[in-house]
Amino acid sequence: MPCGRAALSYLVICAAVVTAVWLSLGAAGIALNFDFVPQYQARIWDGFLTTLGISAASLVLSLAIGIPVAAGQGARFLPLRYLCDLYVKIIRGTPLIVQIYFFYYIIGTAWGIDNRLLAGIMILSLFSGAYIAEIIRGSLLALDKSQLEAARSVGFTRPQTLRYVVIPQLVAQALPALTGQAASIIKDSSLLSVIAVIELTQTIREITATNYNFFGGFLLLGGLYLVLTLPIMCVSRRFEKRLSYE
Amino acid sequence: MSDIAPKVAGLPLKLEHITKSFDGVPVLRDVSYEGEVRALAIIGPSGGGKSTLLRILGGLLAPDSGQFAVDCQPVSFDEESLRAYRARLGFVFQDGGLFHHMSARQNIEVPLQVVHGYGEQAATQRASELLERLGLLDQAEKRPGQLSGGQRQRVAIARALAASPDLLLLDEPTSALDPEYTTEVLDVVSELKHAGTRFIIVTHEMGFAARACDTAAFLYGGQLLEAGPSRQLFDHPHTPELARFLGRLLEWSL
Repeated sequence: MPCGRAALSYLVICAAVVTAVWLSLGAAGIALNFDFVPQYQARIWDGFLTTLGISAASLVLSLAIGIPVAAGQGARFLPLRYLCDLYVKIIRGTPLIVQIYFFYYIIGTAWGIDNRLLAGIMILSLFSGAYIAEIIRGSLLALDKSQLEAARSVGFTRPQTLRYVVIPQLVAQALPALTGQAASIIKDSSLLSVIAVIELTQTIREITATNYNFFGGFLLLGGLYLVLTLPIMCVSRRFEKRLSYE
Repeated sequence: MSDIAPKVAGLPLKLEHITKSFDGVPVLRDVSYEGEVRALAIIGPSGGGKSTLLRILGGLLAPDSGQFAVDCQPVSFDEESLRAYRARLGFVFQDGGLFHHMSARQNIEVPLQVVHGYGEQAATQRASELLERLGLLDQAEKRPGQLSGGQRQRVAIARALAASPDLLLLDEPTSALDPEYTTEVLDVVSELKHAGTRFIIVTHEMGFAARACDTAAFLYGGQLLEAGPSRQLFDHPHTPELARFLGRLLEWSL
């Protein structure tokens, strides 16, 4: 594959997009101004790190939720199965912002959780856990049943089948989507600003509330999220290529 | 291979009143058989119970009733004994049944190490030996998805042979293949026979069943209607069902 040419084409496209944005800004009569960055550098950096921390913690927690829930959805014990199913349906069927308000102001207040950061991480994990459960359930369904019979035919025990056949195939199947989910968590964490978790979005909101530089502020915000999500999307693509069997 | 012998000893096989239903639909009705297996072909129309019988013989499925003995040892149907029993057999599926995520070599090596206690070196050596024997050494690092259908089946056969099984079971190993690959795979099976490997094959390739297998069994509607020396079965069918089945097949043959 001619890597140089692909990179060049990519660069040309990027330049075209930037030009289009620039022209639009000009047409709308907006002058972009990033003078505020040095002044608020420390706060922006703190917000960036907080977003990174919240996302990392939520990713780990949501995996810890999603994997058992995916297993629970296939459980023979029906109450457990219905509980897992209900959880996934309700979380996936409602907007994150509703969940944030509900869990923070109602559940959080009722149970005395008033650490916003902690509450934010828990809410985000609960939200993302349902999506991860779906990714894993889908990967389980995609497992070729004849592979299990083949595993029995070579004499594998159930634990051996799990270790040498099911888990490697499940990971290969789920990993690209799971890395994609990591990118989603980073973006979704921005909504925690509505309960005043001082992450990246909330930091920029606070800054723009004082200097009224909304365009500069939010464009910078978008750029900073891209700094986090673009590499993850590249990794996801790499996994997709490397782990496909065809 | 060390097991080259001019005359291969048959493996005693005895089936007694095997029955099996799926969701109340009988698939095998009272199948009994006694004989020595060298190269046994199970033939018959689709839906006749051939694959089900092979899965029972392979310890992948327990019959609803009846019992069977291989090498004069009765097979019990609890998972623990079945697993030990399966480890003594080699099974080749219609689609090969290779593990998608492993290379051809790993497909052979991993079961040797995990199930049969081979060391890493011994497993590598055994895998190379088999891959070479089946003409696949240059394909060893490819995954099943990167191999042709015929190559896949040959890898599956190599894996099935790896632990020197008492018996090889092949479930329609060529029915998903193009004609040229079919010949390629049947040639391999026929060579195995000459090298002394005993096998049972479910097949629709009547030429192979008639000429390469010394015994044939005709399953029809879940019943074993005829069994005996292949030539005799094909030349002088006793039952009208077999005569009709063979007649149908001849309709379009050259």
